[in-house]
Amino acid sequence: MDISPTTLLVLALLGYIAGGLAGLAFCRHEKLANFCSFGCGTLAALCGTVACIMSLATGATTVASLQLQLLPTLIPYVQFTISLDPLSAFFGLLVSLLSFALSLYSLGYARGFYGRKNVGVLGAFFNLLLLATTLVVMADNAFFFLMVWEIMALSAYCLVSFEHEKPETRDAGVLYFVMSHIGTGCIMLGFLLLFQATGGYDFAGFHALSAKPEWLASGSRNAAFLLFLAGFGIKAGIVPLHTWLPAAHPVAPSNVSAFMSGVLIKTGIYGLTRVFFYFLGTPPMWWGVTVLTIGTISAVLGVLYALMQHDLKRLLAYHSIENIGIILMGFGASLMFLNTGHPLLATLALIAGLYHTINHAVFKGLLFLGAGAVLHATHTRDMEQMGGLAKQMPQTAFCFLIGAVAISALPPLNGFVSEWLTYQSLLQGFGSTDSLLRLMFPIGGALLALTSALAAACFVKAFGITFLAQPRSEPAAQAHEVPLTMLLGQGVLVAACVFLGLFPTFFLRVLDPLTQLLTGLQISQQLTLANGLVLSGVNQAGGTVSTLGIAVLGVALLFVPFALWLVLGQKTKTRVGPTWDCGLKGLTPRMEYTATGFSKPIRMIFKALFRPRREVQREYDFSPYFATSIRFEAHVEEVFETRIYRPLQRLVLRLSRRMRALQAGSLQAYLIYIFITLLLLLLFAL
Amino acid sequence: MKPDTFAIVLQTALLMALAPLVTGCIRNWKARLQNRRGPRVVQPYFDLIKFLRKDMVISEHASWVFSAAPYVVFITALLAGLMVPMVAIQAPLSLFGGVLAVVGLLALGRFFMALGGLDPASTFGGMGSSREMTIAAIAEPALMLAIFTVAITVGSTDFSHMVAAEQESGWDMLNPTHLMAFAALFIVLLAETGRVPIDNPATHLELTMIHEAMLLEYSGRYLALMEWGASVKQLVLMSILVNVFLPVGLAGDGSLLTLGLGLAFFLIKIFALSAAVVLVETVNAKLRLFRVPDLLSAAFVLAAMALLSTFLFH
Repeated sequence: MDISPTTLLVLALLGYIAGGLAGLAFCRHEKLANFCSFGCGTLAALCGTVACIMSLATGATTVASLQLQLLPTLIPYVQFTISLDPLSAFFGLLVSLLSFALSLYSLGYARGFYGRKNVGVLGAFFNLLLLATTLVVMADNAFFFLMVWEIMALSAYCLVSFEHEKPETRDAGVLYFVMSHIGTGCIMLGFLLLFQATGGYDFAGFHALSAKPEWLASGSRNAAFLLFLAGFGIKAGIVPLHTWLPAAHPVAPSNVSAFMSGVLIKTGIYGLTRVFFYFLGTPPMWWGVTVLTIGTISAVLGVLYALMQHDLKRLLAYHSIENIGIILMGFGASLMFLNTGHPLLATLALIAGLYHTINHAVFKGLLFLGAGAVLHATHTRDMEQMGGLAKQMPQTAFCFLIGAVAISALPPLNGFVSEWLTYQSLLQGFGSTDSLLRLMFPIGGALLALTSALAAACFVKAFGITFLAQPRSEPAAQAHEVPLTMLLGQGVLVAACVFLGLFPTFFLRVLDPLTQLLTGLQISQQLTLANGLVLSGVNQAGGTVSTLGIAVLGVALLFVPFALWLVLGQKTKTRVGPTWDCGLKGLTPRMEYTATGFSKPIRMIFKALFRPRREVQREYDFSPYFATSIRFEAHVEEVFETRIYRPLQRLVLRLSRRMRALQAGSLQAYLIYIFITLLLLLLFAL
Repeated sequence: MKPDTFAIVLQTALLMALAPLVTGCIRNWKARLQNRRGPRVVQPYFDLIKFLRKDMVISEHASWVFSAAPYVVFITALLAGLMVPMVAIQAPLSLFGGVLAVVGLLALGRFFMALGGLDPASTFGGMGSSREMTIAAIAEPALMLAIFTVAITVGSTDFSHMVAAEQESGWDMLNPTHLMAFAALFIVLLAETGRVPIDNPATHLELTMIHEAMLLEYSGRYLALMEWGASVKQLVLMSILVNVFLPVGLAGDGSLLTLGLGLAFFLIKIFALSAAVVLVETVNAKLRLFRVPDLLSAAFVLAAMALLSTFLFH
């Protein structure tokens, strides 16, 4: 093979640049702009995917298989180098694969903006975002990393605010902007702490720290841990730093929402992996305990809030918080095992987290694309207006159903596999320590079970209310299937879901160099049984599972109902009739169960958390039973917003109002401030 | 260790043949206990044959999901059953999955059943789906925690390993940890199979239905598959309960004598558990929907106490 990963990677980066420029150049011709910018993006992402797969396939472990200087070094400490070590290649694969599916999808989706918005600008920022995100996971120098990190955040901000004529969008954009920069600030401080210890900004230098923890005082080490956890945690959307996520993801155009939920928040996970497992060395126990606790809380709260949503995209956004929580449960357990000296279990838990990372990217991307297709067809995100779409949009419905089964962690798809690995590591972890802390593992497992059961309930609601039964509004009744490119984009991700679900043992080999790099072990052999058909926990006695076997045998068992039909039912006929309507004159969509009604039992059971409030106003002439008009309003309190963020916001505003007295516009006063500051500094210097 | 085709066929046959009988016995005994005559114990078989022979009426609002659901429900129940040891210690499909796969497969069946309930646009179906998914969600942590308690002490999530290890421990299996975990799982069994304090399988009032409400629009072959699937699921959960916590008499090898003995023990245990279910159903009234979480959190607390007690007794 002549083509090297380096060539392909350069092609990919150039492709994104070309796509961005094409978008700007043709912004007067929307069709051309759409075709060129998203076309370039698709091809570039394909090159990137192949490059990352090739790089992972070489099996190179500790040494970066590919290193590249993009620009000459102009400023000391700043080097514009990218390197493709296994960790970067893994996340690069995730980014590129999703970019491919999303760019393909965008070719059709952007048509919805013709005549309304400037498609060229959308394409330009989209390609810029793809470029920056690819560079984020490959940057090899803290300065360069922060630069592309900022470009990524800003281009994402521009895309979130794309439909800026809606006030809701503007608010969400600003919230994202502010939170994102608080995060960047934390990360910057963290890197500065590492710089103090190593005297450089290269990642290789930071890595040397993991072997020599004495370079960094334990206080600064813990501070660095907390700063990175907060900084990357904001990007990843961990509770309680998640509030921007459900606000910003839904209002963006759907291809961008898919990218944000599928990929952008994974850059936070990338940062956490890089720092915790590559830079900081053997962790103290409380790091793992903290991460596991945060993960569990994020998982449970994320899914509970998701259940309360009836905006389809907002519901999906809350599920991202849940899944980030599940990923962090794996990471937290892994840190705990590293502390107690169980590298094998640590590797298993890390693999569980990383596998869930790519799984979530794939199925969440898929679900957002499905939501985008629904939005494209019905022009609403409100599930209460949908229904019956499985008949009008059968392909989209099928793709969404696959995504829903995968995210609910049901066998035999990919979500089940990674949660299975998480359960295995939690259960085997029980024996890893004698302290009471080991109770965290089974309790965490039980809460994970609660999470996945609630997720299943939520997706029965999301799929059932959106796609099944009767259309609840005129646009839903008039909906039609989306263009081919949009279906292809979803199809790519469906295939990825099925592959990652049925052939986990083949994929796990890809993670070998990665775990070698991070924990020093390669365990895919230990996880593989029966020529790769069966996935095993670290030891075979601990438990085995074979999704492929389940799927194949499931199909084979279809013979039983077939045989029953053959023997008894051949003469039966099928006819279509009305649904039982208790003798009324037919069912109308108004009699159907609603999304709000569907989640009511859960709202009541967890009412201490949701604090539901509802208001019913009836107008009637002679008896309340015969109302002439009813107004119904229901609210669920978002605790973090009302209890933490609102008071914080008020405090900041009050302080700024006080500060205003200082900045009254009088030049003389300013001169005095400068003078006093100077005096103080001189005194300080003496 | 390799999946044995013969064993798979035998256990599938056993699951399909025995499940309606268990359902029939529970119905009949419950009627007797309430001074009614009740249907014959073999009545469910006749019902299934009748359903299979009948024409189907499918709702005009339903989509392909409605037709896919019965197959998924039926097959996931069978697959889950193949992973649970019934007569022999070695479950035919234990290599393909253990506790987590069984719970996952049953959840997949429930997922599709709930979708099938929503599809015909009937309010009753939606109500049933909503309640079923809610109750399943709060039952799941108790179920998992109770099984984890056993899985942790044994060090495996594989049912066959669990049963083998339990069998070795002899009378030790009657320790408080196990008793509490068993009690927790028993409550979960009532919830998962739609038994009286939680759901009423014999109700005629749509507003109080949970499981039946989802099946209202099903008829003919689809109804047969749904009913049969539900019976199989019930048998699977009961097998887990009796064999994991009381692994007496399970066949360790493939000889006819031990297998026959295993079958006899299995039947005795299953019918004893059915009798317990009948007793609970008869002496209790159905709970209001919003009291069900209290019962299930009691199950969760029991399971958590079982877990804590492993520190005391091991």
